[in-house]
Amino acid sequence: METIYLLFIVLLAAFLGFELIRKVPATLHTPLMSGSNAISGITLVGALTASGAGSSTLTTILGTTAVALASINVVGGYLVTDRMLGMFKKKDNS
Amino acid sequence: MTLEILINLAYVVAAGLFILGLKLLSHPSTARKGNLVSAVGMLVAVIVTLLDQHIISYHYIFIGVLIGGLYGAWKARSVQMTQMPEMVSLFNGFGGAASLLLGWATVSSMDSEVLASTHFFIFVTVLLTLLIGGVTFSGSVIAWGKLSGKLSSKALIFTGLRELSLLHIVAMAAVGFLFVNEPSNMLWLYCTIAIGLSFGLWATISIGGADMPVVIALLNSYSGIAASAAGLAVGNTILIVTGLLVGASGLILTNIMCKAMNRSLMNVLLSGFSKPVEQGEAISGEIKVLSAQDAFYVLEAAQAVLVVPGYGMAVAQAQHAVRELHILLEENGCTVDYAIHAVAGRMPGHMNVLLAEADVPYDQLYEMDDVNPRMENYDVAIVIGANDVVNPAAKEMKGSPIYGMPVIEAYRAKTVFVLKRSANAGFAGVDNPLFFRENTRMILGDAKDTINSLIREFGD
Repeated sequence: METIYLLFIVLLAAFLGFELIRKVPATLHTPLMSGSNAISGITLVGALTASGAGSSTLTTILGTTAVALASINVVGGYLVTDRMLGMFKKKDNS
Repeated sequence: MTLEILINLAYVVAAGLFILGLKLLSHPSTARKGNLVSAVGMLVAVIVTLLDQHIISYHYIFIGVLIGGLYGAWKARSVQMTQMPEMVSLFNGFGGAASLLLGWATVSSMDSEVLASTHFFIFVTVLLTLLIGGVTFSGSVIAWGKLSGKLSSKALIFTGLRELSLLHIVAMAAVGFLFVNEPSNMLWLYCTIAIGLSFGLWATISIGGADMPVVIALLNSYSGIAASAAGLAVGNTILIVTGLLVGASGLILTNIMCKAMNRSLMNVLLSGFSKPVEQGEAISGEIKVLSAQDAFYVLEAAQAVLVVPGYGMAVAQAQHAVRELHILLEENGCTVDYAIHAVAGRMPGHMNVLLAEADVPYDQLYEMDDVNPRMENYDVAIVIGANDVVNPAAKEMKGSPIYGMPVIEAYRAKTVFVLKRSANAGFAGVDNPLFFRENTRMILGDAKDTINSLIREFGD
């Protein structure tokens, strides 16, 4: 039963994603990509448990490496997107 | 139990913040706030996860976050805007690798008893995580190498490529079946990872530099799908939802890029296989070269100027010089617009970011369809480092490899200046009849130097 719930979530999230992103203008496509880099760093959440659960050495190593890689995406992705978006100006303000 | 409910509630809040953040990202004036909202969502998700009772030791987590966070922050601060394509590519790869490792860790944390009692659905999702994560990682590393110039950006094509691809797909199915059937056998796990990595490697190495916008967008999508698959494997809903948001975003961008080149995704991915299209007619004619000084006289008299930037502007780092010229032209009573083709540059939106960096207001940047209908109104169209996206062969020559691609019809402007290093064919190796047009003037040399000499002429 739980599998069915998960598949429901998959379906709804996919449609929601398409609807949300369709409206992003071409000007913002690069920040959108770096921003989604940051969001895909959500793997961090899964990796935290794998890293700290105190199971086998291999699992801890794999988990910790995953934590480090996902942290790069989260921190780097959000910072660089913010830096980029700070550059976009309208004519009136310039 | 109550803690578990709290964590899941917080995940719902985090997912809401991600969605709101993406929604705000749909307009330049709210985009920065959207990014912040999304970051808060991430913070919420991470903090409540740390409350999880399964976590008994925090020092490895701390080390991992510290190393990754510092590297990420350094990279985000130091990267130049012209290098954004390779940075996004690299980050796609990190995302794929993180998902792959998480999938692997899921299996390695199970002892034989748990392995035997776990539902096979879980192993199917682990399999997907390993394969998609592997393809994303190795594909992104190759894309990064090509974009940063560490590898040749040419498509590497050799005979047997198609057979190799079929072999990979058959092997994926076979090893995948064995892995799901017998997850306790580590051999199948390692084979799965190896095949995923190998597939990503060759599939990307056979794609040329001009198709990179499609590849980056697709790998971006894969990195999200890999995270989503990992979420299914570890039973974490926030991973599933947010991974899919990223997956959908990447797919939409991929689709936009393909449409802008009038090619199907399969055509781009398999372009290594297609035979070069035979040239229908040889393009010949006389190129009319103009000096920067003469170009200045034309610009000085112009009322409306259109700038069409391409990858060459990024290579020459000419965006600031372009902005300087833009200001001088406006002071001279001339309007300046920019026409940006969706596949100009090496990633979606590449030109927009470079021009934003140089302080060009975003409301002066237009998409192809906005500019083409009023092309006749422009006195001068300045093409800077762009070639294929302004190539009239796409409309007129049936034999051309880019025939059918929608292009910016710069040739319909009263005068066209083409700033180019030399008069060779462009990146796609396609001759450009624009260079031989009656109203085209070539200004040869480095784009930045050329614009700087125009600026100097204005100063005199």
